Amino acid sequence: MDLHFGDSKPTDEEREAVDALLGPPASAWEGGTERTDADLRWAVGGRAARERRDLLLPALHAVNDRTGWISEGALDYLCRRLTVPPAEAYGVATFYSMFAVRPRPATVVHVCTDLACAVNGSAGLRAGIEERLGTAGAATGGVSWQPSPCLGLCERAPAALVLRAGEPAPPPGADRPPAGGSDLRRRASAVVAPATAESVARAAAAPGAAAGPSAAMAVPQAGQDGLILLRRVGVVDPSSLDDYRAHGGYSALRRAFELGPSGVIREVTDAGLAGRGGAAFPTGRKWQATAGRPDHPHYLVCNADESEPGTFKDRVVMEGDPYSLIEAMTIAGYATGAHRGYLYVRGEYPLAVERLEHAIGRARSRGFLGDDVLGQGYAFDIELRRGAGAYICGEETALFNSIEGYRGEPRSKPPFPVEKGLFGKPTAANNVETLVNVGPILTMGAEAYAAIGTEASTGPKLFCVSGRVARPGVYELPFGATLGELLDLAGRPESLRAVLLGGAAGGFVRPDELDIPLTFEGTRAAGTTLGSGVVLAIDDTVELPRILLRIAEFFRDESCGQCVPCRIGTVRQEEALHRLLDREGAGAATDVALLREVGQAMKDASICGLGQAAWSAVESAIDRLGVYGTARGSEAGQGPRGDK
Amino acid sequence: MTAVPLQPPRRLIEFSLDGQDTRVPEGSTILEACRAAGKDIPTLCEGDTLTPKNACRVCVVEVEGARTLAPACSRRAEPGMAVRTDTGRARHSRKTVLELLASATDLSTTPRAAEWIKEYGAEPGRFGAAAARLNEEPKVDNDLYVRDYDKCIQCYKCVDACGDQWQNTFAISVAGRGFDARISTEHDAPLTDSACVYCGNCIEVCPTGALSFKSEFDMREAGTWDESAQTETTTVCAYCGVGCNVTLHVQENEIVKVTSPHDNPVTHGNLCIKGRFGFQHVSQH
Repeated sequence: MDLHFGDSKPTDEEREAVDALLGPPASAWEGGTERTDADLRWAVGGRAARERRDLLLPALHAVNDRTGWISEGALDYLCRRLTVPPAEAYGVATFYSMFAVRPRPATVVHVCTDLACAVNGSAGLRAGIEERLGTAGAATGGVSWQPSPCLGLCERAPAALVLRAGEPAPPPGADRPPAGGSDLRRRASAVVAPATAESVARAAAAPGAAAGPSAAMAVPQAGQDGLILLRRVGVVDPSSLDDYRAHGGYSALRRAFELGPSGVIREVTDAGLAGRGGAAFPTGRKWQATAGRPDHPHYLVCNADESEPGTFKDRVVMEGDPYSLIEAMTIAGYATGAHRGYLYVRGEYPLAVERLEHAIGRARSRGFLGDDVLGQGYAFDIELRRGAGAYICGEETALFNSIEGYRGEPRSKPPFPVEKGLFGKPTAANNVETLVNVGPILTMGAEAYAAIGTEASTGPKLFCVSGRVARPGVYELPFGATLGELLDLAGRPESLRAVLLGGAAGGFVRPDELDIPLTFEGTRAAGTTLGSGVVLAIDDTVELPRILLRIAEFFRDESCGQCVPCRIGTVRQEEALHRLLDREGAGAATDVALLREVGQAMKDASICGLGQAAWSAVESAIDRLGVYGTARGSEAGQGPRGDK
Repeated sequence: MTAVPLQPPRRLIEFSLDGQDTRVPEGSTILEACRAAGKDIPTLCEGDTLTPKNACRVCVVEVEGARTLAPACSRRAEPGMAVRTDTGRARHSRKTVLELLASATDLSTTPRAAEWIKEYGAEPGRFGAAAARLNEEPKVDNDLYVRDYDKCIQCYKCVDACGDQWQNTFAISVAGRGFDARISTEHDAPLTDSACVYCGNCIEVCPTGALSFKSEFDMREAGTWDESAQTETTTVCAYCGVGCNVTLHVQENEIVKVTSPHDNPVTHGNLCIKGRFGFQHVSQH
């Protein structure tokens, strides 16, 4: 590979940020400033560096975190260090919404405009912020703001996230410099929710000062008896490994070592655990398929890129009970024969990243991770990777590409990850909620676990209830409770108009359908989906067409652009919904027919789930809620299957 | 003597193609089986010298039991599979994809696009005059070739040809995301400041004419490009000893562009800057 670099040089600050991650360059061939005698006689090809292409995303983060954007010089420098072609790295940097390749202020405010926030007044918040900070993208007083997709703070909507570039914060435990008065800009973040224009402006001025709300606030049931997945959230100290162990932590891993890898897989299979990320694939079968592949090494990937609008359960678990995820990943790695696990957390969750980083470090220093886990001769370690703002990276193969340092575009399947996943090797990819079920399965036994829920949907399930309810938050219920029961727990609104089930990729149901049992089979029978467990309640104060437009805008923004039906289809869908904002009845029929046809092609022909689901919520609003005054069948003969 | 590389023997597998029992060598794609059976499936991003990217989705077919349609270009035939290429569902997706593409990009120089649009009854105009388009100005930043991204369907073929599949130059990549994604050099720099070595292998694989010889681009602008008046002569490149085949496209006794036969076992359609662009001296006496 003969790489071409331009003349731009990194600033000292940028060089330092990259070197802090990659170490100083070994020679001038790898970006060192001084050409030594040895460099003149010895050419280094960079093979070793090329093999660490997976450090591209962390390196882009390092620069972006330090200066707030990625300059030409900085990009060229990190490309030299990793022997990555600059055009490819540029393609990666421009893929993620949290990176900028043009100068911008160090402080960037992300203002959520997604579903739960839209229902709870994000429009007013935006207007207020515009008044104080100018139009989106403009730099006013060292601060810029931008509208953002769902920040996963739906229980406290409307929400904003403030990120300020600067020096990295000292490692946990080290002495922090006195706040204020210091010349050093420290990287800081602040979560503002529920947000007012006032509180956002205050946090933007001093993001380090804002204290994040406790995880327990998101769990109305916190501390109640009978909880399984949430039993420690709000109860244990998330920073203390000892506290975690005092609350039953690491007993499941000990049991796993007693059972052996195949014993663990048998328990998980017998428990009937199905993936909680939306696809409901049997976890035991996935683990078995990975464990049995002759190709090595095997990898474990924890998908913590929870970006589905309306979903925040994984954040609450990671923030409130981080060690449970570390332990579950260790068990999953043990069962599938992996010695390395990648934990991919979305970039919009700074607190979860901080707590997990801390927990991984503690677990490693205490022998719960490392070369010899618990003295059992099993080596396992976890690398934490931070996403940079791309919903598509929640799709497992896009997530692999993202970790590997490529654009987060999904791969076509087959081959499936259990055969060729991360780095082309057999990989078990599981969502956070799926993994935290593994601990309870091992401690209570498969039989007792399978007795919870229904026959086809076993165990407890987390639901993210938001929108117009009295007590929004994460709820844990055994599978089989009805939608109505869940809404009653959360405080049903007086004039319920609709419930969005499963998030933007899910579907709407009517208020007269609240007896739908919350199980995989029950929702399927009702012609809808449980998806990621989103229950977003909408009352008649909410303009449904505007919500549909926001959903379309979300998919248009988040499409990776790889395949035509999704890249252009999502644009045409949004355009049609724009036209429909002020049309109803007969005038709407043409556009509704158009939506159906484009929607069917997106569903049938897109590469991945994003494009395939981009029309499902809109479709359900048309068919189940009659949102444009059209019910199913009124445009008979114009359906895609009926042509010709 | 032409060396013909022999492939190792492959097992035959049996599957059903539009109700016909079909036997293909193991590892064949559905598209290969369709072509062997004489079926005409439209394709854009598929390239005979490249790994299928299956990004355009015009070749989708229905596989019995599958939730979604499958791209024929990259899905391998499996024993016992039942494939239908001409169902209403598959035709609907192809039609819509052609409509979407034609509504956003300029397909005027895409071979066969007009024919397929007619065959599938696609109506790109129905998205309205205000439908978003790429709206890119042609990038003319060197004397050898032009990038007209208004015609680009983002099939990734040029990126793959420039990257690890052939040239290993990595001068271009896809930048941005979604509808705003574009083929781009680093920092969107002009080609002359990029890693480009002007091999023109990207032009060779471009299915839409978004990448073209400057000579072709200028003649099209001037209205003098006339493919029907062109002759093609394949000869051996005289620059070095490798012996690449070059196909000279000649109009009115002038070489207007140079391609290379894809079935040539040495070049597979690839050339270097000299073979691809070094033809002006032929016309100078």
